[in-house]
Amino acid sequence: MLNKSLSLSLFSNPELVATRDGYGQGLLELGEKDERVVVLTGDLKESTRAEGFFRKYPHRSIECGVAEQNMAGIAAGLAAAGKIPFVSSYAVFSPGRSWDQVRVSVAYSNLPVKIAGAHTGVSVGPDGATHQALEDITIMRVLPNMTVVVPCDAIETRKATVALASLTGPGYMRFAREKTPIITTADTPFEIGRAEIFWDSTLNSKFKNQNSNQIQSSNSRNQVVIIGCGPLVYESLIAAKELHEEGIGTMVVNNHTVKPMDEKTIVDAAKRCGAVVTVEEHQVMGGMGSAVSEVLAKNFPVPMEFVGMPDSFGESGEPKELLEKYGMDVASIKKAVKKVLSRK
Amino acid sequence: MSLTDEQVRNLELKAIEIRKDIIKMLLSAGSGHSAGPLGMADVFCALYFSGVLNWDPVDPWKPDRDRVILSNGHICPVWYATLAHTGAFSHRELLTLRKLGSPLQGHPHYRELPGVENTGGPLGQGLSQAVGQALAARMDEARWRVYCLMSDAEEQEGQTWEAVMFAGNNNLFNLTAIVDRNNIQIDGYTEEVMPLEPLADKWRAFNWTVLEADGHNIREVAEALEKAKTIRENPTVVIAHTIPGKGVEFMEGDFAWHGKPPKPEEGAKALKQLRTLWGNIKSEHE
Ligand SMILES: Cc1ncc(C[n+]2csc(CCOP(=O)(O)OP(=O)(O)O)c2C)c(N)n1
Ligand SMILES: [Mg+2]
Repeated sequence: MLNKSLSLSLFSNPELVATRDGYGQGLLELGEKDERVVVLTGDLKESTRAEGFFRKYPHRSIECGVAEQNMAGIAAGLAAAGKIPFVSSYAVFSPGRSWDQVRVSVAYSNLPVKIAGAHTGVSVGPDGATHQALEDITIMRVLPNMTVVVPCDAIETRKATVALASLTGPGYMRFAREKTPIITTADTPFEIGRAEIFWDSTLNSKFKNQNSNQIQSSNSRNQVVIIGCGPLVYESLIAAKELHEEGIGTMVVNNHTVKPMDEKTIVDAAKRCGAVVTVEEHQVMGGMGSAVSEVLAKNFPVPMEFVGMPDSFGESGEPKELLEKYGMDVASIKKAVKKVLSRK
Repeated sequence: MSLTDEQVRNLELKAIEIRKDIIKMLLSAGSGHSAGPLGMADVFCALYFSGVLNWDPVDPWKPDRDRVILSNGHICPVWYATLAHTGAFSHRELLTLRKLGSPLQGHPHYRELPGVENTGGPLGQGLSQAVGQALAARMDEARWRVYCLMSDAEEQEGQTWEAVMFAGNNNLFNLTAIVDRNNIQIDGYTEEVMPLEPLADKWRAFNWTVLEADGHNIREVAEALEKAKTIRENPTVVIAHTIPGKGVEFMEGDFAWHGKPPKPEEGAKALKQLRTLWGNIKSEHE
């Protein structure tokens, strides 16, 4: 069931840490490891968690002021001269505002600029629609040369930050403001471009012995694969567990690399289950789910449902209220699974 | 038209009421920005209540109204509170700031409330929108004016200067920009993060008339805004020198208060300072 390398307290009492904290830790790790790593911010060093790096490595830290377009261009220049720049801002501004600069100065030139987009999804909360990035996966995955990573928790964000530094081309990583459950551990494998199966109802695991006895070992077959990215992988796992208890077997895939996508894992899972639900805190149009559907339409078409933002702007509210209102909570995932099952 | 001393005193008291509302709104929301909104309360009072602005809260979308654009959308609590004081909507609604379903969005949303003429929050976008409105007024030979409130740090954005250049080149004299020159931004003092000075010279170089005012002197601000109406040569910017967090002693001048609300104890302390006019009203019954 639950992948053995994941956090033991996942279903009982998960530790809550914001993914942006993982970014901050990753930067510190890189600071020590690689002299070439430099960090830029546009007046947002604290809330993007670049601040630790700024304090420890002031001569490799670049404050650009409120000027994201210029910042993207400066990063391109730094990269062309041998640095590995990490650009830290909110995703709505970087790459939101700086998209043309990222497209031309960074992606077309295939320079190793890493863009870290903070405050993504409706879970940004009370700041409202202007600050909730819901389009960044779309606008970044469409750029040639660009790698797009959406880590599921703070630990994975730290690993992704470090891994991005050794990519020879440009990369984008998105993370979130809210504290969200720690899903993975230091031992969970992470490799850019490789999706991981986090749950499989047909496999026995320690999860069963350790936890409730209500879980029946019935499911001989998985009927749906839930493919998620970002912190909603947690909601996907909760949904999978509840569905399992209701006798519906699923797989959950942590599809953290939206581009280049792990086509083999995705296609294999679709073949095994015959139906797919994708889950992301992002517009459905053009997002991770769209990318999955592109892969499947070509290789192995199956019925699909998309959990994500339904072509709408967000609004002010508490993260939990907003995830519920816009259909990205556990109940919505379960509903999508049942709906896709009925279409099989 | 100039204000009598009594009118000025009344506006000063109104600004204090607005500051109290800001604190209550932030306490109720549990998030939001403190320094900018408090610092701009006097300027908002001068704009809305001194007779400068041609805007009727009873008929808020009248075609010939003056337009107010808030470019630095994060200071919207002061805008919302001011609009409530005009009677445009119920005062009680202020406490729904940032809550699900409220028209008082965390950053302003176009026409969500009477008087809210733009969507703002991402810095640097407001002046361009104001230029577009001013240009439309001119094309229609209409007499209404456009006021664009801006922060200082958003003048680090390239777009701001693209708009400044356009307005200067097109002699948009029906446009008045008001800059909240409070010297702070998120990462520190503007002159340490990314210096803006000599700010007035920069605007002048782009063919704007520059007026400077003490942003806590309501008469001075109102007079500058009135004067701007009479200038036909070019658009006018009023650089309002303000103290961020003005009115709450422990917030004044400190960039740490840019983007956080007071905690309940701090809020109570702030409200007490404002209610007693910083301890000058002694016989307070609690
Ligand atoms: C384009 C853009 N980049 C970054 C931000 C995040 N941000 C919000 S306010 C702010 C700067 C604060 O300084 P200032 O605008 O002078 O406002 P004050 O703190 O004086 O109220 C920043 C960088 C933003 N809102 N828009
Ligand atoms: Mg400022």
